[in-house]
Amino acid sequence: MSLSKEFTKGLWNELPPFRLVLGLCPVLAVTKSAETGLGMGLAVIFVLTCSNMLVSSLRNVIPRKVRIASFIVIIATFVVIVELTAQAYFYPIYEKLGIFIPLIVVNCIILGRAEAFASRNGVIPSALDGLGIGTGFTLSLTVLGGIREILGNGTIFGAEIMWSSFRPFTFMVEAPGAFLSLGLLLGIMNACSKSN
Amino acid sequence: MKEIVQMIVVLSVICTICGVALSGFRNMTEDRIENQVLMNVQGPKVKLVLEGAENDLIADRKKLSVNDEQLLLFIGKKQGKDWAIAYETVGQGFGGDLKVMVGYDIEQNNLTGVQIISHKETPGIGSRVTENQFTKRFKGLHIDIEITPNQCPDEIDAISGATYSSKGVCEALRKSIALYPEIRKQALAN
Repeated sequence: MSLSKEFTKGLWNELPPFRLVLGLCPVLAVTKSAETGLGMGLAVIFVLTCSNMLVSSLRNVIPRKVRIASFIVIIATFVVIVELTAQAYFYPIYEKLGIFIPLIVVNCIILGRAEAFASRNGVIPSALDGLGIGTGFTLSLTVLGGIREILGNGTIFGAEIMWSSFRPFTFMVEAPGAFLSLGLLLGIMNACSKSN
Repeated sequence: MKEIVQMIVVLSVICTICGVALSGFRNMTEDRIENQVLMNVQGPKVKLVLEGAENDLIADRKKLSVNDEQLLLFIGKKQGKDWAIAYETVGQGFGGDLKVMVGYDIEQNNLTGVQIISHKETPGIGSRVTENQFTKRFKGLHIDIEITPNQCPDEIDAISGATYSSKGVCEALRKSIALYPEIRKQALAN
C-alpha cells in the first residue's frame, strides 16, 4: 500500500466514528459545539500520531505479553501532556472538555491503532496512519458539532448565523440530539457508499 | 525466566522514561497553569468577594504560611491603602470538599463577602449554596460571630433541602474566622 493511502484511508474508508464506529463516547459527549469538537479532535490527532510513532519504533523491543500495558503507559503520557498544555494555554476549552481529555487514554481508536497498525508497521506509515485517522476523527467531530450547534443554538464557532426569527431546537445540544444526528449522518454515509 | 526478566525490564524502563518526561513537562507548565487557574477560577470570585477594590487583585496576591500551611492571600486596596483581605478555606459539604473564599474588611473586621470557589454538591440542590441568594446572607457579619463546629450560626438561614451543603459553607467560614487574627497580623506586617 502506498504511503499516501495510509493517510487518506482515515478520511473516508476507515473514518473512525462512522466507518469503524469506534470512540463514540467522546463523539457523543463533546460535540455540543463545533469548537469543542475541533478541540477534542486536535487533542486526539496529537495523541494518536505521537503514540503511533513511539509504539511503532518500540515494536521490536516490547515483549508481546506486556504490549498492552506498555501501549497504555505511552498513550497516557501523551494524554497528560495534552492535558497540561490545554490547561496552560487553552483554559476555556480545557474547562469545556473537562473529563473527556483524560478519557482519551481509554479511547479505543488510539489503543486500536497502536495494536492493529503501529505495532506491525514502520514509523512513517504509522505516523501517517495516526494523522489520517486523527484528521478524520477531527473532521467528523467538527461537522457533527457544527450541525448540532447550528440547529441547537443558531451559532457556529460562537458566531450567530441563523436568521433572527429562528428558534433553536435546544434538544439538539442535549444528549438525545447527539444520538439522533450521529445516526442520521451514519445513515447518509452508508447510503452514499452504497450508491457508489 | 529470560522472558520474565525482559518483560519486567522493558516495562520498568518505559514507565520510568514516561514518568521523568511528565514530571519535567509538569515543571515547565506549572507556573502558567497556576496563573490560568487564578485568572479563570478564583479571579472572578475574588473580584466578587472584594467588591470595590481598586487594584489588580491577582497581581497583588501574596503567599503566606499560617500554622505550617501554605495559603494564598488576596489583598484589596482602596485609594492606595490596604482595605480588605480574602483567602480560601475548605469545609465538608454533602458531596465532598467545599472551597470557600471569604473576604474581610481589615478596618472594621467584618465580612465583605463569601463565594464558593469549587464544590461537589448535587446539581440543583446542594449547588444552590453557590447562588447569590445564599452567599449574600454572609455579607457584613462581624468576625465576633459565634459558630459551633458543623453548624450554621443563628444569623444564617441554611437553605432548606440543602442543610449539609449550607453547614459545609458555615464550617469553612468558621475555620476562616479562626485563622483571621493571625493572617491579619501577617498581612499588616508586610
